[in-house]
Amino acid sequence: METVETIISIRPVIAVLIASLASLLIMFTPKRPNLRETWSVLGAVATFLTVLSMTPMVLAGKAIEYTPFVILPGISLKFRVDALGLLFGTIASFLWIMVTFYNIGYMRSLKEHAQTRYYFCFAVAIVGAIGVAFSGNLFSLYFFYEVITIFTYPLVAHHQDDEAYEGARKYIVYLTGTAKSFLLPAVILTYVLAGTLDFAPSGITKGIFPDTADPTLVTITYILYIAGFAKAAIMPFHNWLPSAMVAPTPVSALLHAVAVVKAGVFCISRVMLSVFGVGLLNSLNLGIPTAYAASFTILMASVIALTKDDLKARLAYSTVSQLSYVILGVALLTPSGVTGGLIHIANHAFSKITLFMCAGAIYVSLHTKKISEMGGIARQMPFTIAAFSIASLSMIGVPLVCGFVSKWYIGIGALQAHQSVFLIVLLTSTILNTGYFFPIILKAVFTKPREGDPGAGHGNGLHEAPAFMVVPLFLTAIFSILMGIYPDYFMNIVTAMDPEYLIDMVKAVLLS
Amino acid sequence: MDFLIPNQLNYPILSTLIFLPLAGAFVLFLIRDEKAAKIWSLFISLVVFALSLPLYFYFDPSTYKYQFAENSPWIPVFNINYTLGIDGISLFLVLLSTLLIPICILASWKYIEKRVKEFLFCLLLMETACVGVFSALDFVLFYIFWEAMLVPMYLLIAVWGGPEKVYASFKFFLYTMAGSVFLMVAMIALYLTAGTFSIPQLMTHTYSFNFQFWIFLAFGIAFAIKVPMAPFHTWLPAAHVEAPTAGSVLLASVLLKMGTYGFVRFCLPITPQASIYFAPYVLFMSIISIIYGGYVALGQTDMKRLIAYSSVAHMGFVTLGIFLFNKQGLEGAVIQMINHGITTGALFLCVGIIYERSHSRLIKDNSGISKIMPVYIGFFGFFCLSSMAFPGTNSFVGELLVLIGAFTDNRLIGALSIPGVVLAAAYMLRLLQKIAWEGKGDSHLSDMNLREIVYLAPLAMFVLWIGFAPAPFLDVMHATVNHLVEQVQAANAVALVR
Repeated sequence: METVETIISIRPVIAVLIASLASLLIMFTPKRPNLRETWSVLGAVATFLTVLSMTPMVLAGKAIEYTPFVILPGISLKFRVDALGLLFGTIASFLWIMVTFYNIGYMRSLKEHAQTRYYFCFAVAIVGAIGVAFSGNLFSLYFFYEVITIFTYPLVAHHQDDEAYEGARKYIVYLTGTAKSFLLPAVILTYVLAGTLDFAPSGITKGIFPDTADPTLVTITYILYIAGFAKAAIMPFHNWLPSAMVAPTPVSALLHAVAVVKAGVFCISRVMLSVFGVGLLNSLNLGIPTAYAASFTILMASVIALTKDDLKARLAYSTVSQLSYVILGVALLTPSGVTGGLIHIANHAFSKITLFMCAGAIYVSLHTKKISEMGGIARQMPFTIAAFSIASLSMIGVPLVCGFVSKWYIGIGALQAHQSVFLIVLLTSTILNTGYFFPIILKAVFTKPREGDPGAGHGNGLHEAPAFMVVPLFLTAIFSILMGIYPDYFMNIVTAMDPEYLIDMVKAVLLS
Repeated sequence: MDFLIPNQLNYPILSTLIFLPLAGAFVLFLIRDEKAAKIWSLFISLVVFALSLPLYFYFDPSTYKYQFAENSPWIPVFNINYTLGIDGISLFLVLLSTLLIPICILASWKYIEKRVKEFLFCLLLMETACVGVFSALDFVLFYIFWEAMLVPMYLLIAVWGGPEKVYASFKFFLYTMAGSVFLMVAMIALYLTAGTFSIPQLMTHTYSFNFQFWIFLAFGIAFAIKVPMAPFHTWLPAAHVEAPTAGSVLLASVLLKMGTYGFVRFCLPITPQASIYFAPYVLFMSIISIIYGGYVALGQTDMKRLIAYSSVAHMGFVTLGIFLFNKQGLEGAVIQMINHGITTGALFLCVGIIYERSHSRLIKDNSGISKIMPVYIGFFGFFCLSSMAFPGTNSFVGELLVLIGAFTDNRLIGALSIPGVVLAAAYMLRLLQKIAWEGKGDSHLSDMNLREIVYLAPLAMFVLWIGFAPAPFLDVMHATVNHLVEQVQAANAVALVR
């Protein structure tokens, strides 16, 4: 297969630099909140536009590269924007705009402390996420992956009470612990075996390992990678995610539903497709065991989610489960599976961020986190509950909402791989999803509030959160629908990854 | 002598670097005013630093031979010469020493209140000894500088140290003296066999394996104490905790390097077969040091003690890299020596800054200061990340090279050293978390002043420089390291033929 045409351009670096600059400006204007928040908004918008400006080139099948620093031969700080990176970069930078507005509403309504630190760390975490998306090799990937870990720690521990310290400690122990004990050796083994850390320049079928590499060692390296990217929350490395819910809700929304966890699944997809390659994974038979591990996580996390009364905890376990959809799809190693898995990065991002933003809006407006206390709140918060319902339907996988698209493709992918057992996993998971999302909606819409519930205290009048919060969450909900009806935007990006491989095969299957 | 490249500059640069601080130190006796004495020593040390820069710029990276060499007979009866010269490995250690002395003087500006002139005298004397050790190419000369370093260091701890200074300084002196005795025995034995004290000539001579075996043991004990490798490390925490800030910085950044430098300069080239024979044991001890140092650091309540134990772990990586006998391992080891000098030095400076304000080194007395001293936490956090080998910092490059070397050589060794990397993250993040956040914090503390920022900023710059663009550092040492690897492998080949 021929190498993808490469353009040398500094644009990916600019995207990262704009976000970094925004974080610095935030740090240096602590005394002027309005100016500080302006930096956040401007930084988010400018970053998004820079990312957007790279889309035409990537859709034309080219890759954009830039290498600012060479560390050692074969190891450099290298940026490379291809379809996969652009997909994640677009999502992260766009949702940063949404959450920035939401942040302003949330943090000011609750009069939170240390807001400068909060916005600073938030911006740096986005720098990390975009850096991960645009990494051109494993060193850059590892670097930005660790940046995310370190700078989200203050966000998780934001409340600085015992609960926050406990949650944050678990967070950092899981994430740095796995990154240092598994990911670092995996990167080093890759370097020792392949002599480079750069991603494969051509498509997703061929990786970077030479044919002479010892299969046992390659397999060990692969397992180390899967365990090392704990941000993907594959069981048993998922426990940090529910603990991280002690963070303020916007953090849970953008970071623990989008940037951080998606960085995890993105990294795993990236390593599977651009380091190992579909061919090698197939010949070593590594795809299906990974899919089984992902399936276990999907089902187990859904079952745990059923038992949670805390809304954020339920959403956290739902996230754990949904993340494994991406892994499952990619691990099927069939064109539709890969497509479905990758498109789920986008679909889940929009829907889950809506759900978390709704949870935050309910907390700000009615000061409750418990689902059992949410009887009848749809009367006070109709827009929030409407958005919540749309996003829930997407998570369940109802047609016309975006979650359906990914499930459809992953399902076809399972059949392409002749592994119908994963279709059963998908269906079971759908039932479980319904099981833990519908009660919330039913409770909010139809149940009368009990005495003492927050919903009872405010009568039947409208009692929404500030517009700064409701508008973004409603927008993301609308996007979930749009992406369900018209999935082409992200779908085009995904198929630009390796057009020959993905489109032709998908068509062949659909037409036969 | 064909292994020396005569000094290409028109003045004897190495002798200047060695004797200018000594001369400056004696001038101190003529100065009455303490402030003037401080300014004078700062001036002298800055001049020495500026004069040391041509070493880098005029260094020829294409050769492994000793450059800027000076050679003149000293005691002809015993064939002792005054030979100086540096190669790609000692170059950075010399530069590190000249960089750190002005920083140490600045760091002690307010901290030292009694016997200021004597203190400065000791620091300048240290500089003479440091540069001397790393540039001496005659064993006797080397030994003299090696011993000369003990005296000012002993005084720094014993006079300006903390409450347990007597115990700590004696322990330091006894341990290092014990090591020196072995070094002297080895020196004399080598002289009796090879008939020369010239280190490059000793390298070319071939010795029987039995002889190498005993020489390596003597060297090994002397250097292992200095590094220090577990179980010879117990003098280090005591000395670090009691030493004043400048003493801790020099101890960590320069003195410990003498041990690893010794391994590189003496053990590998002079006793290559014994080095290969002992390598598994040294690697084993290195891994023990890495894990033990990290594990003990995890439980410390005293900031200085924590960083001292982290030194044991970091230096374990250096010895690990050296005894892998491959290019990545050795280059990683040398880079890691520089890194440890920069990062651990900076961390001790940070502890000194907070100690000047709170008069306590305990973590619990200094915790929760992120809102009170934001600039300080910025620097401290930065150096903590560097110490835990965060990617993009200097230590990551060093550790990565050493680990690549380890995994290339033997995957078991690589796998065994991984827990040390994890522990480094654990104890550094724990320290940072407690200092930055836990508890209320003493609101009377003032943030860092300009002088403190000035002496930490260059170190921070080096952290990023080596972290992102290590090529200027690595390129200079390629030839030297390649030659060293060849020396060891040639001996190995000879041994196999027999």
